[in-house]
Amino acid sequence: MIIAVGRRTGISAVRSLRDLDWPLMLTALIIALMGGLQIYSATHGTKLESAWWKHMVNILVGIALMLIFSRVNYHTLLGQVPYLYGISLFLLAVTLLFGKKILGARRWLVVGGQSVQVSEFVKIVLILLVAWYLVELRTKRLELPDLFKLTGLLLIPFLLVRKQPDMGTALTFLPALAAGILLVGMRWQYVVAVCGVILVLLGAFWFFDAEGYQKDRILTFVDPGRDPQGKGYQVLQSRIAVGNGGLWGQGVTRGSQTQLRFLPIAPTDFIFSTFAEEHGFVGVIIALGLYYLLLVQIVQNGQTAPDRAGTIICIGVAATLLFHLLVNVGMVINRMPVVGIPLPLMSYGGTSTLSVFVMLGLVMNVRSQRLFS
Amino acid sequence: MTLFPSPRKPEHLTERPLFADDKKFAEAQITVFHWIMVVVFFFLATGYWSIQVADSEYYQELAHSNTVRSLPLPAARGRIVDREGRVIVDNLSSFSCLLSRERLKDENLPLIAQGLNLDLQDLQDRLHRFRKQARYVPVIIKEHLTPADVAFVESNRHADMFPEIELIHSVRRVYPKESFLAHVLGYVGEASEAELDRPEYAAFKPGDTIGKDGIERYYNDSLMGKDGQRVSLVNNRGKELQLLKNEEPTAGKPLKLTVDLDLQAVAELTLQGKRGAVVALDPRNGDVLAMVSRPAYDPNKFSTRISSADWKAILEDPETPMFNRALQSRLSPGSAIKPLVALAALEEGVISPDYSAQCSGHFFYVDHDFKCHARSGHGRIGLRYALAQSCDIFFYNVGLLLGIDKLSKWGEMAGLGRRTGIDLPGESTGDMPSRPWKMQKLRQGWLHGDMINVSIGQGYLTTTPLQLAHAIGGIASGGVWNPPHMVVGEATKEKPRVAKVNLDNVQRVIGGMYAVVNQGGTATEAWLPGIEVCGKTGTSQLISNETLKRRNLTGIVKDNAWFAGFAPRSNPEIVVAALIEGGEHGDRASIIARDVIKAYFDKKARAKPVVPVSVAAAVAPK
Repeated sequence: MIIAVGRRTGISAVRSLRDLDWPLMLTALIIALMGGLQIYSATHGTKLESAWWKHMVNILVGIALMLIFSRVNYHTLLGQVPYLYGISLFLLAVTLLFGKKILGARRWLVVGGQSVQVSEFVKIVLILLVAWYLVELRTKRLELPDLFKLTGLLLIPFLLVRKQPDMGTALTFLPALAAGILLVGMRWQYVVAVCGVILVLLGAFWFFDAEGYQKDRILTFVDPGRDPQGKGYQVLQSRIAVGNGGLWGQGVTRGSQTQLRFLPIAPTDFIFSTFAEEHGFVGVIIALGLYYLLLVQIVQNGQTAPDRAGTIICIGVAATLLFHLLVNVGMVINRMPVVGIPLPLMSYGGTSTLSVFVMLGLVMNVRSQRLFS
Repeated sequence: MTLFPSPRKPEHLTERPLFADDKKFAEAQITVFHWIMVVVFFFLATGYWSIQVADSEYYQELAHSNTVRSLPLPAARGRIVDREGRVIVDNLSSFSCLLSRERLKDENLPLIAQGLNLDLQDLQDRLHRFRKQARYVPVIIKEHLTPADVAFVESNRHADMFPEIELIHSVRRVYPKESFLAHVLGYVGEASEAELDRPEYAAFKPGDTIGKDGIERYYNDSLMGKDGQRVSLVNNRGKELQLLKNEEPTAGKPLKLTVDLDLQAVAELTLQGKRGAVVALDPRNGDVLAMVSRPAYDPNKFSTRISSADWKAILEDPETPMFNRALQSRLSPGSAIKPLVALAALEEGVISPDYSAQCSGHFFYVDHDFKCHARSGHGRIGLRYALAQSCDIFFYNVGLLLGIDKLSKWGEMAGLGRRTGIDLPGESTGDMPSRPWKMQKLRQGWLHGDMINVSIGQGYLTTTPLQLAHAIGGIASGGVWNPPHMVVGEATKEKPRVAKVNLDNVQRVIGGMYAVVNQGGTATEAWLPGIEVCGKTGTSQLISNETLKRRNLTGIVKDNAWFAGFAPRSNPEIVVAALIEGGEHGDRASIIARDVIKAYFDKKARAKPVVPVSVAAAVAPK
């Protein structure tokens, strides 16, 4: 019996291609390839012409990373969380000090000619951190001291990334925490209190936001006509592009808004806008359907996980991806504020694509141990 | 609890096994999460439904003709009026042609240039200058369209011809004709690329019209106002589908000059055809009543876009029409500075009021012959007649007694050697020499020969006409120097300077200046009936007599003529400095000053008509 062998020789004994989560991998691959096609369509004839090709390379490297991580026992990783966390903070600090400055933000570290966005990988470490911390709880539910400690642990990288400034990525650290809290549970009074504190913080942020940069984005979200030259311009153009897609879309490389370059940063944060124009509502539903499928599979893996840690990791990954999806796909049609975070697997951006594949690798590893508990 | 509890603490294992088999863990919560997912996807899908299916026609129309159009609503610059509120600079409404770069087809550009009589290269350069701005910001390609241009734009701006062009309402600046007050007013023009790179122009964008000289430049911030903007979504016919932002322009603030148009007109006329400058001040408060510099340029040429040929012609004109001689020319004032030397000598006590000197026409110092302009000499001469006859030998003696240190102290008090702080750009400092000045500039010590030259306003001493008027006005007012200024109600940079002077000494100097005009002095042409005009002529050499002879330039390089006068004798109300370059003798300049002073008192008389009693009785109705 495989199970028996597993029990006796340890959970890493049986490894086979059969044990991979093929449907999950296939779904991710289809989405990533759709992204490649869309990047090609949005950039052909521009100076970013080779972006789709780089995206393909990213996918290949990503899949390799996914396979590697699907074979690394997540318990081993959990055991290393304090070190991973320390390294993360160190690298974020290094990024702040010596990072490459692009468009006023220090988000990238240049390693061997490649720009790496450290915060994308920190995101994964923080998912692990949440799981690692929550399985150690001695209380039945999450009580205040632990809540504060855990939040504090997340707040340090959050503020470091916020300082870059990269509010978008910093915010993506929070869904994993929220998911973790949801899973272990918390007194409803605390939930109310935490919501209150968040509201107060938001209010304070609103009044003391020194750069006025985030406030501007939020106001733009409320009224895109407010500043058509700045962020509002992107949203307006993006919405026009999406609307222009109609039910069936304009066809690949035929989206007039996409092709006439009304959309700034089309291949990265606004990739879904060009996708919606060229593939229409039908294409959008198919894409959203694929994402839904992806998330459902991750959640299922969470349900069948051998232990709490596995569940928390899977749901953390799902929550993080769901947050990306909500904000990115929502901002394109002005249902969310313009926060510069990429669409998982579709947006052009090496670090982001790789980190998604690594997360999927973690999920696969959890799945591969589902029978050994 | 420690911050990082070790995951392998045994009590944890006993209490709750690590990696516990907890299949039922959080089942309900996972369901909740699943529902959250469903809600998020539903939320997103409905959003796309409403845009892509429900409202798709609306967006498709927007997309079809994308786009956002932003039209500037130009703000009118503030008007400039004279001290009595009469308009000097006004705005005229006109049309401008805009080019939308989003819709620009490159092949249309030559045709548009041709239709509007623009140089294609100029037009392309202009578009290039705007490359850093968002594409939907249109570029003004021609301002102040002629009726033919308006017709061209109107008939061709539809989608089938040139959808990229657009007509907007704008305002242009109208200046007085005949270069009237040109140097004071300055002119406006589009901010150049070089200017935009400078920090003081940081607030401006390419295409902004800004003041380039004179009052227009100095008071640009208050004159300029703020352009408005109308941002809307339009279709490809230019029809507005949705108004996004409408920002009304804020007009600039009007400016009231201290200049009196009547006086200015007289001053302009008297200088007609000459090279020089006139400045009239009210010494009581520093108001500039008139300021003329000739030759001048026509600022109207700049208010429409000036062609490069015109610009070149103005810049390369040997007569330098852009140069405001009233406050930029640094020239030796000649004898016109003698009142200051005299006052300084009296105040410092180096001469007594009865001091006299013997003038034989020659003054030998070491081995050099410093001549008097009267070659046969004035004989024994006192202060009053030395001023009246402008005896140089008297002032050589006074100058040597006074010395440069004391003179430069008084020169600085009178505002020489530094800017008066007038609210106009480009003012020159002039030079008030002193020992440190010469050491710094020439690395030489001060010589008695220098002092002899400076004591008659030659040598290193230079002033602008404005400085001279300011200096003489302060002496005439008994040692009160009010900084000159151009605009009513604006604070001056400099504070008024008051010197403690003996008013008897001032009266002695003024007496000499009175004699210049009224008692057979060097400027009897400036005499006016019923008005006590006082003044001092100056004739300044550009090159020494020896050099003139050596280079055979006698009669070609002519002396500059100066006159600085004021009226009335006590409590003066107006001080005028006049300069005629190459005017040969100071009395030529005195005529100009006289006319301006006469215009001032004539106007005053008109304002309060004095009707003799008998005449009044004769015309009174019975």
